[in-house]
Amino acid sequence: MKREIPLILTAVVGLTFVVQFFIPHYPLGFMADMFSDWFSIVAACAIWLGALNLLKISLNKVYKKEKDWFFAIVTIISFLVIVIAGFFFSGGRRFQEPGTNFDWLYINVYSPLSATMFAMLAFYVASASYRAFRARNAQATILLLAAFVVMVGRTPFSDWLSNLLFMPEGWQISNLSNIIMNFFNVAGQRAIMIGISLGLISTALRIILGIERTYLGGD
Amino acid sequence: MRKIFEKLLAIDRRIIFLVIFLAVSVPIFLGIKINIKITDEVKAFYDAVSNLPSGARIMVACDFDPGSEPELQPMTESGFRYFIQNKLRFVIIGLWPQGPMQANKALAAVNEAKDEFTVENGDTLYFGTDLIVVGSDTARYGVDFINLGFQAGNELVIQRMGSSLKAAFASDLRLGRPIEDFDIMRGLNKLSDFEFIYNLSAGYPGTVEWVQFAVDRFHVPCGAGNTAVQAPQVYPYLDSGQLSGLMGGMKGAAELEKVVGHKAKATMFMVSQTAAHIFVILFIIIGNIAYFATRGETGRKGL
Amino acid sequence: MHLSGEFGVWIAAFLTIGITSFLYKDNPIYKFCEALFVGISAGYWFVSLYFQNLLPKLFDNLGITKMLGLGEDNGAIQNVLAGQWDERIWYVLAGILGLMMILRLFPNIGWISRWPLAVVVGSTSGLYMITYFQSNFLSQLQKTVIPLIDLGRVAALPGGSGTLDEYFAAYLGNLVLVVGTLTGLVYFYFSKEHKGAFGNAAKVGIYFLMITFGASFGYTVMSRMSLLIGRLYFLFGDWLGFVR
Repeated sequence: MKREIPLILTAVVGLTFVVQFFIPHYPLGFMADMFSDWFSIVAACAIWLGALNLLKISLNKVYKKEKDWFFAIVTIISFLVIVIAGFFFSGGRRFQEPGTNFDWLYINVYSPLSATMFAMLAFYVASASYRAFRARNAQATILLLAAFVVMVGRTPFSDWLSNLLFMPEGWQISNLSNIIMNFFNVAGQRAIMIGISLGLISTALRIILGIERTYLGGD
Repeated sequence: MRKIFEKLLAIDRRIIFLVIFLAVSVPIFLGIKINIKITDEVKAFYDAVSNLPSGARIMVACDFDPGSEPELQPMTESGFRYFIQNKLRFVIIGLWPQGPMQANKALAAVNEAKDEFTVENGDTLYFGTDLIVVGSDTARYGVDFINLGFQAGNELVIQRMGSSLKAAFASDLRLGRPIEDFDIMRGLNKLSDFEFIYNLSAGYPGTVEWVQFAVDRFHVPCGAGNTAVQAPQVYPYLDSGQLSGLMGGMKGAAELEKVVGHKAKATMFMVSQTAAHIFVILFIIIGNIAYFATRGETGRKGL
Repeated sequence: MHLSGEFGVWIAAFLTIGITSFLYKDNPIYKFCEALFVGISAGYWFVSLYFQNLLPKLFDNLGITKMLGLGEDNGAIQNVLAGQWDERIWYVLAGILGLMMILRLFPNIGWISRWPLAVVVGSTSGLYMITYFQSNFLSQLQKTVIPLIDLGRVAALPGGSGTLDEYFAAYLGNLVLVVGTLTGLVYFYFSKEHKGAFGNAAKVGIYFLMITFGASFGYTVMSRMSLLIGRLYFLFGDWLGFVR
């Protein structure tokens, strides 16, 4: 029953959502709405699970004095600081109001850390472009040329370069980048989109019918 | 000559990092003015919004986090500024938890009356939260705009809003009061009661989900601002008419600033953006020249 | 230069520099900032989900908030116990499923989390099956079945003063869209060997896809650089005050 009940649940919920597109009235519409609300709560609990699991792993690391256990203490303390500030010292349900302690932590700690983590990627993309981007064959060369046109065309530098190459107004690199984005890019992305959607539809059907069971994990 | 190219190929990556840092930093101090060309996709968004009647209610779905702030925050600010100046009311929600807080930041940035408050009928109204002033126009919380906050559930939140807004968002973010208490929410029972959706998206859930549910299922027109990573992937929706307009990346944000008539952060950032692009292109060209120069020599030695 | 007087801005600046110190080499300051980020992120989600999701949807609706003396409105439990049917009582099942999900923390009874997982997987499968079919398949296919030359656009060309993209859109745009989409799809069809005419079509498809990926790469560079520019403007502007 450890696997059978989840399979039945998947089939019932999945079929409800499929059929409610065609019969949105009671009771299917009501069931779909109810399952949507359940999903929202289960999703929230899943993220809570992730946070609590992080706490569990960090506590375990400190207890067993594993490598870099000091930083696990930093993780635990920072988690507790924002949780205590959010629950008890930020006005309850108005915890995100500008000026609360939670808001202060968001603006001055979370926000810069998150933004900087992603900003580091700029350096890595430049380094990777220099080391790995090689025009080894015709296809790679076309990829590179398209990238150059788009990178130049989407900046004001394209005007300067186009004037240098005596390109008339309306027939410049920015116009070429518009063509690439609105036609060639759309064609390729559309092919990818259609291909993915076909694969996704068949996988979804397999999951609902219980043929695909990998999401249940091992026994 | 070959040794120079071999040294170039083996260069320490920290030198590349330093060059990129300088390429992006130096233009900040130069104060160069640049001209931004408007693309059709941004013009389409602007036309879609400017054709909305006065008082129309727009759902602003802020689906991004601080990691995408430089691209999407300027678009959010330009959008809010335009809506307030043109008497368009807006309801802020988020499918990402950080989204509604980013929206609060954008409202505070757009607000021109800093550190002020007023008293009306015994209520103290603070500028920047209760009242947003843009030029001679004012927007009042609960009447002209509202922030309903975040809900977990990704696309199922959009699905739920299709039948009942209240079931998805029972109370507002700022005051924690039931949504039916607010003027702006009168007559807004479900998603299709909105005239337009303005989605700012950095990934999943985002524009793709809004198109699939809000546009195709509940027939609400949608315009989107996306990070540059995601923008190429949603161009097919623009071509098929499922999206009413698209701003892609910082360039899109700069175009929106120009078209609404208020040049700000994104326009300033484009100078550094231009320099960064030039240097990445130079790196690729130099890397390829060095590669082919050394590969030729290696090939002749039979290695 | 006008240094910021706000304590929070200085904290943000030092955290920014701490993270970027990794570019030189891995160091304890970076590890501290990284650990701080992990803890703060988890805590942020924890608090946000409680106040914006679990509290109004689960605890308020069921009446647990009133039971604990933290709210005034009756929930489903109070109404049902008073003999009045309240359909919000179904949230009890949602609460049980949520609790089952959290029990995954304990390896011995972690298998019980398969039940809420089944609800999640079933919901998304059922929804995706129709929405992807409608939005990503049918709508996109519809826009591929178009005339190879858009005569409307040709007629609308402004004499000899049109731009490159206007001329391209009129004469070649639709052809590129149709040929590009179809040959791209042919390339992704791996159930048949790419030989002969089929193989040649796939080769054409590859070239269209390479242009697509080149455009994606260009935009990716734009995106990554934008993030760095944002941080540098914060450091030089908000913190050090060099730029207004």
